[in-house]
Amino acid sequence: MEEEQQQPLAERLDLFSCIQCGKCTGGCPVSIKSPLNIRRVVRESSVRDELSGFMSRIELWDCTTCSTCAIRCPRGLRPVDVVIGLREMMIEEGRIDKTIIDALDGAYKYGNPWGRAKNKRAEWAQDLDIPNALEMDPGQVLYFVCCAASYDPRVQEIARSLVKVLRAAAVPFGILGNKETCCGSEIRRMGEAGLFEMLMEENMKNFSKVDPRVIVTTSPHCMNALKNEYEGLTTDVLHYSQFVWELLSAEKLDLKTPVPMKVTYHDPCFLGKQNGVFDEPRWIIGKIPGIEFTEFGRCRENSLCCEGGGGRMWTEGTGAGERLSEVRVKDAVDMGAEAIITACPFCLLTLEDAVKTTGNEEKIRIIDLMELLAMTLEGDAETGDVS
Amino acid sequence: MKEVLVIGAGIAGIQASLDMADAGFTVHLVEKEATVGGHMAQTDKVFPTLDCSSCILTPKMVSVGQHPNIRLYTLSEVGKIEGEAGNFTIEVIRHPRYVDESKCTGCGACAEACVMKGRIKNAFDMGIGKRGAVYIPFPQAVPLKYTIDPETCLTLSRGKCKKGPPCKLACAAEAINFEDTEKTVTLRVGAIVIATGYDPFDPKLKPEYGYGKYPEVLTALEVERLCSASGPTLGEIIVNGKKPTKVFFIHCVGSRDHTVDNLYCSRVCCMFTAKQAHLVKDKVPDAKVTVTYIDIRAFGKGYEEFYNRVQSEGIIYRRGVISEVFKKGDKLFVRGEDTLLGETYEEVADMVVLAAGLVQRKEGLEIIRKLGVQTGEDRFFTGPSPLDPVETGLPGIFLAGCCVGPKDIPDTVVQASGAASRAMSVLAAATSGGNG
Repeated sequence: MEEEQQQPLAERLDLFSCIQCGKCTGGCPVSIKSPLNIRRVVRESSVRDELSGFMSRIELWDCTTCSTCAIRCPRGLRPVDVVIGLREMMIEEGRIDKTIIDALDGAYKYGNPWGRAKNKRAEWAQDLDIPNALEMDPGQVLYFVCCAASYDPRVQEIARSLVKVLRAAAVPFGILGNKETCCGSEIRRMGEAGLFEMLMEENMKNFSKVDPRVIVTTSPHCMNALKNEYEGLTTDVLHYSQFVWELLSAEKLDLKTPVPMKVTYHDPCFLGKQNGVFDEPRWIIGKIPGIEFTEFGRCRENSLCCEGGGGRMWTEGTGAGERLSEVRVKDAVDMGAEAIITACPFCLLTLEDAVKTTGNEEKIRIIDLMELLAMTLEGDAETGDVS
Repeated sequence: MKEVLVIGAGIAGIQASLDMADAGFTVHLVEKEATVGGHMAQTDKVFPTLDCSSCILTPKMVSVGQHPNIRLYTLSEVGKIEGEAGNFTIEVIRHPRYVDESKCTGCGACAEACVMKGRIKNAFDMGIGKRGAVYIPFPQAVPLKYTIDPETCLTLSRGKCKKGPPCKLACAAEAINFEDTEKTVTLRVGAIVIATGYDPFDPKLKPEYGYGKYPEVLTALEVERLCSASGPTLGEIIVNGKKPTKVFFIHCVGSRDHTVDNLYCSRVCCMFTAKQAHLVKDKVPDAKVTVTYIDIRAFGKGYEEFYNRVQSEGIIYRRGVISEVFKKGDKLFVRGEDTLLGETYEEVADMVVLAAGLVQRKEGLEIIRKLGVQTGEDRFFTGPSPLDPVETGLPGIFLAGCCVGPKDIPDTVVQASGAASRAMSVLAAATSGGNG
């Protein structure tokens, strides 16, 4: 551990090969409003002997880790990892916001960054009678619920909807219940690599006990961590949009009730940009009877981040400008969309907040892809009740 | 053995063929397209002199068509290659033209009569101009013989066109021949020059630029066709139906880029972009023209001076390439950082030009399989040593032009003459050895 830290950031992340082309900054969603200049951060990290000057740069917490900088870097560098590396140093020096400390503390003590009781993790599923995955035979579907879907009442609706969808398709599955712990994705991005590894080990232990054929996640953030960052995990990991796409393709779901609504789709960065899942959610939306689909001008590879990732659920950020989620909601209203469909707990929460702060409650609502699907399975559409 | 094969009739293949033909050798020049000329023929003007590209290329194309020592095989590909230096046996596959070259006078009556006239995208014009099913790619084509495209010709694809094919009825020379078939010709040659050229990088692989999605986003070759006085707009810069006023150029698209596994610099984009920025400003003087770049490489004779001239014309060079192009409402926006200011900007654009780099072409790769020519990590052909830039390492087989790596026209011509010279050494040795 000590040796690793002594290797300078610039060498560890190959920053000397940066050609300062600016593709990172030009694509950085927060550069619209924040003093954070990711290209300059890379430059400074590679030429300064001392990085202590960074320790007071609170704009480093503006980064949402959407990773557009890394995806577009022509030299194959990962500027986002420089930010994470600098955050690690800030944490070591203890120079971080109380809200961040609380989130890390909560994850450490209770296995979730909201610091909620561990034994209440599965409360959302009390009346649903979902099998405990640890008691299932190997080779089944493990549903990895996510902290947000476990504790946040609004996000719980995604989990409940997914359960409806899986049951409608007659897919047997189980959950880890109170044994599930935070995937660590946001923890790692807030600069606590050690805690991330601890959480990973705990989940990995349970995964190997369950030995599922596939792990299905609510959150693209969990999916990304499990799939790309959990060392040694060989089980297939799918976001629910990918798994449900398979079910729909195999004609295991009967979409009955029309949902006559004009909708658009907001690409979660961790699902779209980072993992290339652009088509499945759109394909699912297209299958819903009666729906009218319109596309954001900024979509797919050019989608605009909602500012929910990279620890931003626990810190406000510095920029004075409009929140990007507000930009998103206003654009959708201008397009005449009655709903923004998304497929990520963080996007759902940030966009729904933005509907309120922009005073658009009467014009538009935010619906998760699974809620939309549940509507057409059950006929909730007529009542318009998604809460 | 006084015969030689040249594969590819762009400027490299043309120059190598003329050198060897002038020296008295018999050149078999094989070209897959219907005409010689390659990408240079698509170019409007050449940098840094701003000479009209066709004006300097056409005389060479005509010479190729008329030279007594050159046998030209258009719409043809090389099949099998066997043998060794001094004595290769080559199979040339000649695809049907459906127009008898010996009878066609190039009058164009068939194209006028064609039912599909103006309905097929002309590849020579990068799809901007339209042609019929029977066509010549451009007026200076060599040979000046019409070609029927079997995929779009109604007679060939559906078996029927009106009451009798109008092209056939219109052709006084009776050159139209729907019964034409593929033919194979076997040649014996002493040496081979490979001059298969390049493909432009496909910018759809950089989805953040919206190429193929927004009509305002163009590639450099498309802009060459717009600038050309004989092109589809007769030299007017018309984008999405109107004259652009806010023009952005984006450098290094598909070059110097790990994300598409092209680590190399394409060498010509800095200069063709400077030239195109000049041409656009010249044709639309009130347009604001901005060139976004990473590094400017103006290394050739007269190049730095040209770059200087273009800047003095009021074209704004901003360091830092645009990162994304997107629509908001009905307006197109570009977003990037001016790295010298350290500021990002988001501006409206009505024309975005992608300086798409050069990549090894697919046809080139087939030749590799056939011959065993080495390629580098950049997928271009490569020789055994920097001191032998035209050698393949295989005796009697030589390289010229962009199939070895991106290069400008002067460098291409130099290398073509070099390859021709080496090939002639092999031919001369084989001849004096008693084979000729």
